[in-house]
Amino acid sequence: MGYQYDWSVISRNMDVFIEGALKTLEISALALLIGIPIGIIIGMGRVSRNKVIRLLSSIYVEVMRGVPLLVLLIWIFFVLGQFLKLGAYWGAILGLAIFTGAFIAEIVRSGIQGVPKGQMEAARSSGMSYTQAMRYIILPQAFRRVLPPLASQFIILIKDSSLVSVISATDLTLNAKNLVATSFRSLEVWTFVALVYFIMTFSLSLIIRYFEKRLLSREV
Amino acid sequence: MITIKNVNKSFGAHQVLTDVSLEVPKSNVIALIGPSGAGKSTLIRTLNALEPIDNGEIIVDGVSIHGKKTDINKARINIGFVFQNFNLYPFLTALQNVTMAPLKVKGMSKEAAEKRGKELLISLGLGDKFDAYPGRLSGGQQQRVAIARSLAMDPQVMLFDEPTSALDPEMVTEVLDAIRKLAHDGMTMVVVTHEMGFAKEICDEIVFMADGKIVEKAPPSKFFTNPDSERAKNFLSKVLNH
Ligand SMILES: Nc1ncnc2c1ncn2[C@@H]1O[C@H](COP(=O)(O)OP(=O)(O)OP(=O)(O)O)[C@@H](O)[C@H]1O
Ligand SMILES: [Mg+2]
Repeated sequence: MGYQYDWSVISRNMDVFIEGALKTLEISALALLIGIPIGIIIGMGRVSRNKVIRLLSSIYVEVMRGVPLLVLLIWIFFVLGQFLKLGAYWGAILGLAIFTGAFIAEIVRSGIQGVPKGQMEAARSSGMSYTQAMRYIILPQAFRRVLPPLASQFIILIKDSSLVSVISATDLTLNAKNLVATSFRSLEVWTFVALVYFIMTFSLSLIIRYFEKRLLSREV
Repeated sequence: MITIKNVNKSFGAHQVLTDVSLEVPKSNVIALIGPSGAGKSTLIRTLNALEPIDNGEIIVDGVSIHGKKTDINKARINIGFVFQNFNLYPFLTALQNVTMAPLKVKGMSKEAAEKRGKELLISLGLGDKFDAYPGRLSGGQQQRVAIARSLAMDPQVMLFDEPTSALDPEMVTEVLDAIRKLAHDGMTMVVVTHEMGFAKEICDEIVFMADGKIVEKAPPSKFFTNPDSERAKNFLSKVLNH
């Protein structure tokens, strides 16, 4: 006998999905917000003129790229989290931010390196310090370059954030898990969860594309 | 105004400048000419420390440019640099390109910087281009914006590295005119150029480089009619015969 679908579990529990989806967006957005400054600092460190700073930034990036997010979240929650009294919510956000920061750092690095060398030379020739040239000339141009990959990173982050359920942080995935445990409708619930993740990431793509167009159209 | 003393510079094992010494008096205009790979760009870039030197000394307006205690950012305010490919900031308008450094480096007020920036752009024939982005300007216009951007810092010295080489022929004149005007106003300038007619007309002295050395230095009247060195004769016969 085949599996009998019962999609009513979705409509009956819509509030659970909505609450979970909002939490997922909230956690991802906060993680991104903290991850961006981390990424800018580490990314600038990667192109720094100082060897030690370059090395430390590279270590950060390589370690974060090597460690599975799942393991990182568990470490942060059980080690750092207990020590700092973080709780699941902030533990999840911090873990995601530290993780995504490394990927943003690489995006920032390639954005900076993509700005033609002559831009730095022109800025320095006019008397700007390295820091001023970075801030007023290089980073604004790197910013335009990093927007598309940064947007992809946010989308990846939304999906990656489903792992925070392992430290019992409330999000779409944890709510779905709980719902499956009580309703035994795993196929329906997970299929719908996938759809919700897709709606979130796809609408984000559209929003970002819109802003990108507006920003780029300014300088032609 | 500019003193270059026994400067040596290598890229790895490749010596690009060998014992280069040169004096540029105030208000003089020097053309730096020579075959490709002679080290002209390298030399002019050492004058504002875009390129470090191995040894020797460079003094511009009393400041030792490569000195350990020199505040290079301050020294560069005094030295305008114009690049072959303009290097305008593509995300800023012409006026913003010109006012950026006065605002951020000199701490000028926005009104003062814009007033001066507009004056400069107008004097370079760009009075209708304040709000244009570089991407919308012709090469000649872009290079004039770049000249305005350098002049906005009120430098004592202007350096040009092949300012017209990236331009279509019909735009060369407008840029050379701008440089000529500066010469008449008494600006001290070093110009790397392949425009021999221009060099002859406005330069006080021609400096001929080959293989990282200054081979000959002479006023244009002498250099173009009767150069001392074989290398200069060879070079001139090549560039003047077409
Ligand atoms: N960053 C660099 N690294 C290694 N070698 C370099 C570098 N820049 C220049 N060179 C070498 O130094 C020599 C002098 O170069 P430079 O650009 O100063 O010549 P140039 O006289 O300006 O030539 P051109 O007329 O072609 O512009 C060349 O052999 C060049 O290959
Ligand atoms: Mg050159």
